[in-house]
Amino acid sequence: MAPAKPGDAAFANVDHVNAELFTLTYGAMVRQLLTDFEDVEEVNKQLDTMGYNIGIRLIDDFLSKANVTRCSEFRETADVIAKIGFKMFLGVTATVSNWNADFTECSLVLDDNPLVDFVELPETCQGLYYCNVLCGVIRGALEMVSMRTEVKWARDMLRGDDAYELRLKLIEHVAEEYPYKDDD
Amino acid sequence: MALAMAPRMRCLYIFNRNGMCLHYHVWLRSLMTLSPQQDQKLMFGMLFSLNSFTAKIDPVSSGKENNPPCSFYSFRTNTYKLHFMETASGIKIILLTDPRIGDLREALMHIYSNIYVEYVVKNPLYSPGQPFRCELFNMALDHYVKTLQ
Repeated sequence: MAPAKPGDAAFANVDHVNAELFTLTYGAMVRQLLTDFEDVEEVNKQLDTMGYNIGIRLIDDFLSKANVTRCSEFRETADVIAKIGFKMFLGVTATVSNWNADFTECSLVLDDNPLVDFVELPETCQGLYYCNVLCGVIRGALEMVSMRTEVKWARDMLRGDDAYELRLKLIEHVAEEYPYKDDD
Repeated sequence: MALAMAPRMRCLYIFNRNGMCLHYHVWLRSLMTLSPQQDQKLMFGMLFSLNSFTAKIDPVSSGKENNPPCSFYSFRTNTYKLHFMETASGIKIILLTDPRIGDLREALMHIYSNIYVEYVVKNPLYSPGQPFRCELFNMALDHYVKTLQ
């Protein structure tokens, strides 16, 4: 299991931004999406897509700063995301738990969630996954390292649960294949 | 593009995992026998094959998933030396230099972390997976490469 120290080292290496600025910017963005799309399901999808576009770039930033070697199995990947990834980009750690029998599915429980400071969901937005962008980020980043995954919120404190829990499921490893046809 | 002293760097390629050449940067290349597309395709194909060859023929690693895959990082001929680096995200950086130059693994890592990631990946106007042309990247790269010579 990756020790906590590399996470702290990576966190110290990146530029820091004011937490409130980050939280308020994200909140303004979600509010704007709600105004533009009006449908909560559509906003959830947009947040996931935005997260995906962030994730496909974030992976290079992560690989260049975090000094991790290639993970040999999915368990290691989940640990790296929880201990180093979250620490580096959000300043919080997560715990990995609830593995399924063949180690392709697990839960990431966040200790803390800076995105939701000051946030309360009104009645009109009860179906909203406010932090859905995180699902997209993880999915996008893992896709760039050849893993197709599905990431969903299992528990969300804004919706009344007691913690923030992401369910991370590995669908398949996509092997690197030769992109050119042989006759070219 | 005139440099003050004889450059030891010849050219640089950056490929992504799908074989797309994201960037080709040339300092000194007097002979180019193929068209750019063929040249890039040949380069990518050769590296792809060479990588899998070096991994398969490795006498030390058992080849199981537990060991990191063996990857070559340079080869040298009498006229040039080719340096190679691949990241877990499939970004391949290739640098062709003067044959007398030493090990450039750290330099390639620096080009990836501090130049490619900073000026290209973090650029919101860049569409991932497409070739890019970025002045800041070119300037930073030229500047860094000068320090290597």
